[in-house]
Amino acid sequence: MSVKEMALNTTMLNELESGEWPSFVTDLKEYSKKKPVVVQLLNQLEDSYQTRWNYWIGKILNAPGYGGGIIARVSEKADVYPDLANFHTVRVIEPPGWVYSTDALRNLADIAEKNGAGILQFHGMSGDVLLLGFNDAGSLQCAEDLMSNGWDIGGSGAAMRTLQCCVGQARCEMACYDTMKMTKHITDTFIHYLHRPEFVYKFKFKLSGCPNDCANAIVRSDMPIIGTWRGAMQVDQAKVAEFIDQKGMEYLIDNVLTRCPTRCLSVRGKELVVDNSDCVRCMHCINVMHKALKPGKDKGATILVGGHRTLKIGDTMSSVLLPFIKLETEEDMNNFTDFVEKVWEFWNDNGMDHERVGEFIYRIGMLTFLKGIEVEPDPQMVVRPRTTSYIKFEELGPSRFEGEREQNPPVWNREPESRESM
Amino acid sequence: MSQPTLAPRDQGAPDYTKYLHPLMAKNYGKWDYHERLRPGVLVHVAENGDKLYTVRAGSPRTMSADTVRKVCAIADKYCEGHLRFTTRSNIEFLVGNKANLEPLIHAVEKDLGWPLGGTGPSVSNISHTQGWLHCNLPGSDAAGSVKALMDDLIHDFKTEELPNRVHISSSCCQINCASHGDIAIIVQHHHAPRINHKQMQICELPKVVAICPAAAIRPAVINGMETVEVVEEKCMYCGACHGQCPSMEIRDAETDTLSIWVGGKMSNARSAPTFMKLAVWGIPNNPPRWPEVSAAVKTILKAYKEGGRPWERLGEWIERIGWQRFFEKTGFPFTRYHIDDSPEALSTLNRSAMLRL
Repeated sequence: MSVKEMALNTTMLNELESGEWPSFVTDLKEYSKKKPVVVQLLNQLEDSYQTRWNYWIGKILNAPGYGGGIIARVSEKADVYPDLANFHTVRVIEPPGWVYSTDALRNLADIAEKNGAGILQFHGMSGDVLLLGFNDAGSLQCAEDLMSNGWDIGGSGAAMRTLQCCVGQARCEMACYDTMKMTKHITDTFIHYLHRPEFVYKFKFKLSGCPNDCANAIVRSDMPIIGTWRGAMQVDQAKVAEFIDQKGMEYLIDNVLTRCPTRCLSVRGKELVVDNSDCVRCMHCINVMHKALKPGKDKGATILVGGHRTLKIGDTMSSVLLPFIKLETEEDMNNFTDFVEKVWEFWNDNGMDHERVGEFIYRIGMLTFLKGIEVEPDPQMVVRPRTTSYIKFEELGPSRFEGEREQNPPVWNREPESRESM
Repeated sequence: MSQPTLAPRDQGAPDYTKYLHPLMAKNYGKWDYHERLRPGVLVHVAENGDKLYTVRAGSPRTMSADTVRKVCAIADKYCEGHLRFTTRSNIEFLVGNKANLEPLIHAVEKDLGWPLGGTGPSVSNISHTQGWLHCNLPGSDAAGSVKALMDDLIHDFKTEELPNRVHISSSCCQINCASHGDIAIIVQHHHAPRINHKQMQICELPKVVAICPAAAIRPAVINGMETVEVVEEKCMYCGACHGQCPSMEIRDAETDTLSIWVGGKMSNARSAPTFMKLAVWGIPNNPPRWPEVSAAVKTILKAYKEGGRPWERLGEWIERIGWQRFFEKTGFPFTRYHIDDSPEALSTLNRSAMLRL
C-alpha cells in the first residue's frame, strides 16, 4: 500500500470528536482527504496516545540570512510515516494585537496549504502565528512566500522573541499607551536581534495597556511594559451616582470600597472620594465602575524586568525597573529602545550561557544590575528595604593605598584577567 | 544552479493599521466604555457614540486552512472582513452593524460549531502548548487534553456564574510554556534522566553540564566515550538537560504524572500578581480524555463557585479562607510535598501565630 493511500488509524483520537468544544481531530480528519500527509500526522499522534510517548525530535533549519523562526522537527517514525521525516513549523510575526483582515488570514492559509500540510495555529504561546508541516524545501519556500507577501518570520533561540500585546487603544478604554504602535516600534527597531540569535539567551517583551495585564506580561516576559498613569484618576460623579442608584450602596461598599488594596476610596452621599496619593493603580475600581471611573490623563507605562517561568532557578516575577515613562512621541519610544540596548549590553556582556535576565539579576543582585545599566535606585522598586545587614558600602570602605589593586573589581568594571605575576 | 530570488528580509511586524476594523481605526484611543450584552457578546462604545460589537467564541487554536477560510467567509459576511484573536486563543468577530449580530451568532454556533463565551466571570479558553502534535519535549498532549477538558467545562465557558474569571493553562512538560493560571496543569517526571551514552556526542557536553540548576551533571568517560553522569540525589527531575540534549531522557511513559496548581494571577487588580501553588499531584497521564484531570478541575471550580465572593479570583478566595480550608473543601490531601523546599521556601511558611483553629 502506498503512503498516499494510508488509511486513518485514530481509535483513541476519535474519542476527541464528541463533546461541544470544537475538535481539531474532526477538522484535521476532514482536511486529510485533501492533504494525505495529515493522515500520517494524525496516525503518529494516535501512536503517541497509545504509547504515551513522543516521536518528534528537533533539528536546525534556517531561511537564508536568518537564524531562527523555523522550528524544525523530524519524526522518529519516518519509516512508517515518510512524509513526517521532515515536518517543520514556521513561526510568523503576528499583527500586533492579533487583528486581521480576512484577506490577510486567507493569505496565510494559502501559503500554509501551498507549501506544506496546511495547518495553522492562532497563536503560539510566544504570540506568533504557527504554520505546521513543511519539509525542508517547503519551509524555505514558505518563508520566501511569507516575506514576498509582506509577512516576516518570527523569533526562536537565544534572540529577542516575537512580541505580543493586548488590543490596547484599538478597542479598550483602559489602555494608557498605544500598545500596538509600541509593539511594532520595538519589533522593527530590533528586527535584527529577532532574526539572529546573538544573546546569552531568549529575551521577551510583552505589552499591556493597563495593570490588568491582558498580555500576561508580568510573569511571561523578560521586560513587561504595562500602561499606567500619574496623578488623579478621572471620576465622573454623575455616573458614580448612577452606579449607586443602579447597583445599590451595599454593592459599592462590598465590591469597590473594601476591595481597594490601599483603602483610598470612600463615599460621601453619592459622591466617590479618592485619595489619589494612595492609589496604586490596581484597576479594580475602574474595572467595576468603568463608566464612572477612568485612568488619569497623564498616561504612560511602567517598565519591569526579569519575569520567566520555572527553568532553571524557579519562577521569577518581573519587578519594577522604571516606575513611569511616557510613550507618546517618537522621541519617547526611541528613548525606551536606547534604554533597552543598555540593558542588553550589560546582560549579554556579563550573563552566562542560557541565563535569562531575571536569573542574571537573581545571581548578581538588583543593586549591581542597576549600577550596570545606570539606573538610580527608587523606593518604588521594592516592597520593603533590605533586612540583611551585611552590606558592602562603597562609600564607607577604607581608602586604597595608591596603586593598590582592587581586590574585587565590580562586575560592571571588570578588566580581562591577566596572567602577570603579582 | 542559480540561487532562488530572495524576498525582502527584516520587514518587521505587519502593519496592523491595515487590519483594524473600520470602527477601531476611526475610534482608536477614543473608546468610552464597554458592556457585556450576554456571555460571549461585548459592545464597546466610543466617545462619539459609535458602537463596535464583539462576538467571542472558543477556537480550537489548531485549524486547517479550510477552517480558516470558513472563518473568513463568516467574517466577510457579517464583520466587514475583520476579526481578532485573544491572549487565550479565543476568536473575536468584530461587528459594526448591529443587525448582523444575531445572524453572526447563528453562523458561529451552528455553521462553525464554536461556542460563544469566555467573557466576564467565566472559564476562558485554555492557554496551551504543542504537545505530542509537534513538540520535541512533551510528556503529554496539549490540544487533545484541552479539547477534553473544555468539553467538561463547557457550561462555565458559556455562562458567567463564577466569582471572577478563571484562566486555565495546560502544559505538556515542566517548562510550562502555557505559564501560570488560576488553574494550571503540568507534567511531572519522577526520576533522573536516563542517559543514552552512545548518543551524547551529538550534544555540546559543557552546555549540558552548565544548564543543570542543581549542579547534578558532571563530565564522565564511560566505556571510552566522552559523556556525562548525573548525581541522582542532587537531581530534581526538572528536565532542563533534556531540552539541551535529547540523549538526556527525562520522560517516562510509565511513571510521568500530571499535577494541578492553583492561584496564579497576572492581573494587578486588587492584589499583586501571584504564582500558582501546588494543589494535587500524582494524577495519571490518561489519554485520550484525561478524566482524572477533569474531575479535579471541576472539584476546584465547584468549591470556588460556592465559596468565592464577587470579584475574588481563585487565588484570592483561597488566601481569604486559608489553605487549610481549601484542602477541606476540595477534599484533596495536604501532603508533605505541598511544603516548599526550593530556595524561596522560607517565605512560603506561616511565620506568625495567625491560625484558623
